[in-house]
Amino acid sequence: MSNEDILNPKQMPHEPEKATLEGKNKFLGFWFFLGGETVLFASLFGTYLALNDSTAGGPGTEELFGLELVFVMTMLLLTSSLTSVYAMYHMKNNNFSKMMVWLGVTVALGFTFLGFEIYEFYHYIHEYEFTFRSSALGSAFYTLVGFHGGHVLFGLLWILTLMGRNAKRGLNLYNAPKFYIASLYWHFIDVVWVFIFTVVYLMGKVG
Amino acid sequence: MSTAVAQKKGFGAFMWDYLTTVDHKKIAHLYLVAGGLFFLLGGLEAMIIRIQLIKPDNEFISAGLYNEMITMHGTTMIFLAAMPLLFALMNAVVPLQIGARDVAFPFLNSLGFWLFFFGGLILNFSWFMGGAPDAGWTAYAPLSTTSPTHGVDFYVMGLQISGAGTLIGGINFLVTIVNMRAPGMSYMRMPLFTWTVFVTSTLILFAFPALTVGLFLMMFDRMFGSVFFDVASGGNVIIWEHLFWIFGHPEVYILILPVFGVFSEVFSTFSKKRLFGYSAMVFATVLIGFLGFMVWAHHMFTTGMGPVANSIFAVTTMAIAVPTGIKIFNWLFTMWGGTIRMTTAMLWSVAFIPTFTIGGMTGVMLAAAAADYQYHDTYFVVAHFHYVIVGGVVFGIFAALHYWWPKMFGKVLNEKLGKWAFWPFFIGFHLTFFIQHFLGLMGMPRRYWKFLDGQGLDTGNLISTIGAFFMALGVIIFLWNVIYTAMKEPKASADPFDGRTLEWSIPSPPPFYNFKQTPLVRGLDALWIEKSEGKKAMTPAEPLGDIHMPYGSIIPFVMSFGLFIAGFGFIYQVDNPVWLSLVFIGMGITLGSMFVRSVKDDLGYHIHKEDLEKGDGQV
Ligand SMILES: [Cu+2]
Repeated sequence: MSNEDILNPKQMPHEPEKATLEGKNKFLGFWFFLGGETVLFASLFGTYLALNDSTAGGPGTEELFGLELVFVMTMLLLTSSLTSVYAMYHMKNNNFSKMMVWLGVTVALGFTFLGFEIYEFYHYIHEYEFTFRSSALGSAFYTLVGFHGGHVLFGLLWILTLMGRNAKRGLNLYNAPKFYIASLYWHFIDVVWVFIFTVVYLMGKVG
Repeated sequence: MSTAVAQKKGFGAFMWDYLTTVDHKKIAHLYLVAGGLFFLLGGLEAMIIRIQLIKPDNEFISAGLYNEMITMHGTTMIFLAAMPLLFALMNAVVPLQIGARDVAFPFLNSLGFWLFFFGGLILNFSWFMGGAPDAGWTAYAPLSTTSPTHGVDFYVMGLQISGAGTLIGGINFLVTIVNMRAPGMSYMRMPLFTWTVFVTSTLILFAFPALTVGLFLMMFDRMFGSVFFDVASGGNVIIWEHLFWIFGHPEVYILILPVFGVFSEVFSTFSKKRLFGYSAMVFATVLIGFLGFMVWAHHMFTTGMGPVANSIFAVTTMAIAVPTGIKIFNWLFTMWGGTIRMTTAMLWSVAFIPTFTIGGMTGVMLAAAAADYQYHDTYFVVAHFHYVIVGGVVFGIFAALHYWWPKMFGKVLNEKLGKWAFWPFFIGFHLTFFIQHFLGLMGMPRRYWKFLDGQGLDTGNLISTIGAFFMALGVIIFLWNVIYTAMKEPKASADPFDGRTLEWSIPSPPPFYNFKQTPLVRGLDALWIEKSEGKKAMTPAEPLGDIHMPYGSIIPFVMSFGLFIAGFGFIYQVDNPVWLSLVFIGMGITLGSMFVRSVKDDLGYHIHKEDLEKGDGQV
């Protein structure tokens, strides 16, 4: 049997992302990778918590943050997580076009989120002169939230690449694991944001 | 494919083969050669340090250069010598021990190596580009953030890039060990070396990201004007200490656990006995790995964390002595009543036990927080960690190289020369470092460029330097042994040491697909079980069939090279924004190759059953 035959079975299995050894390895390896990412963000959160009132005479978190904007951003990202779940649901049913539609929606929501984030940073820098260099709080805030934003951007480019590459050939056992772990990554980004929302914004406003 | 065959193809083809290889056995060679070269470099730096300290008030090198030497010696030995040498062993042995044809991600395996390699290059380029890092291997802020040359920038970029490679390697081995074990090999039938690699990989996964973040913060402070460690703007220098040691303490277990595995294999093989207390050994390994994460602040007793934190970290640290003690006794009981063969591998292993025990004892002394105020930053600490890292890791690497050399290169290292290398190194080691305990207790601080006459430190330092020369002699004899063996020794059989585990069931060196048929594992010491039933080979778990193999690729090299270029861009854009162009070029190369990797299918190929049957006579 050639590679092509193996990867394009007549009947797609129910969990195409884990049907091959390569797929299983990718799946497990990516979970481990997310474990490492968790430590990475935990370290960034720890740093932020150590510095969250080191304003150096500049604006503090209570003065800076507006919860309306952040609430909208949270909703956008949570919704995008849900739409990526839809996409994976259709992948498991071997419905390629519907999967692509929902991934498209996910990407659109992700870019909107990113747009809001850029606006937010712009706002802090120009209205409050709160920058990466102005205080230790500024360094910690932009590093933590910026790392998350960088992850969002990387995730979007990743999903777009996968969509572009596979647009014409549909689903098979080679690309199913790729789509699946991209969606895992997207969920992870979403979970990190929930923590940022709580630890940075809510606690910054209340505490 | 042996090295000899490859050489016949011409030097260019040989180089290309290694640049693009995704075969774990060749990647092991790469790690061994690169790690070996960095080990020699770090050793040279150590010799220069010891020559500077040979007599009081010496002017052999300047104070600034001395700071660079100690920084580069520590950084090189930990990140660029010990880690890759262990990765060489892991790559060479783990897939064979679990009966696999390769690691789970051959492509990433190659990427991990090249990232490490280019990271190491960046770090060492600093010597020729205005000065090496000089803030100590721990790079404490604000010493590191205010160091005037670019040295610390090279440290940050070099470690960041090579650290990414290590993380990738760790994940790769985790998945390999979970998913790729041969039929019948349950977790409690895995050879102990594989077990220790498994736990070490977990530690890598959870420890390295903390270093990644620490390095990012330092990079941002030094290169992009952030103020994490600038107290005047509200920064806090203790954050670096925490992040560094949250990584740094598990790192010592990342180094020591695999060699614990090595010793377990060696003691068992050369005592002709099953490892004593296998399940206790597994349990102790996991427990050490777990406790390794709760002790980091024992490096910070004098930072001012307060008595409660100091007490907690003191107790958890002392607790690690328990599982480690279990291991020491199990090794002794493995030898007890066994048919012992004192080969060179065994010699290094036996020497390890008293040496490491001394290092462990001083470790418990250092763990007593109140007493640590006296030891802190003295030569007592230097003596302690060299007893565990040289007496543990380096002895272990030597034992492993003698043990697995036939599996890696097809020849048994010459025994006589092996012993000739051992004795000067072993004696030299104790000469160098035992006396340093007392120098430290007498108050000699570490990292000082000079000591003065008439303080009772002269003789001790002289003895220490003489010892260092003995160690260098041992290393030179070992290198001579490598050359001698390659020239003069006959080809080794598949199983030259009467081994017990799967790697000894296939030829030395193995064919590139390792196992023609995946073996069926029926218990711990799988090969030994078959031997004791009078069989010569493993029972296959599958009929002879096509074997799926991955293609080689140059992309890992290019991807790492991109980061190498970007690294210089990051370092020099502080002086002139023009250098940012290098950042864009380098990142472009890296992200571009990631894109190519993503869109180009890499399905691999099959070795057909018929070809395997034809090769039957040779294998
Ligand atoms: Cu420690």
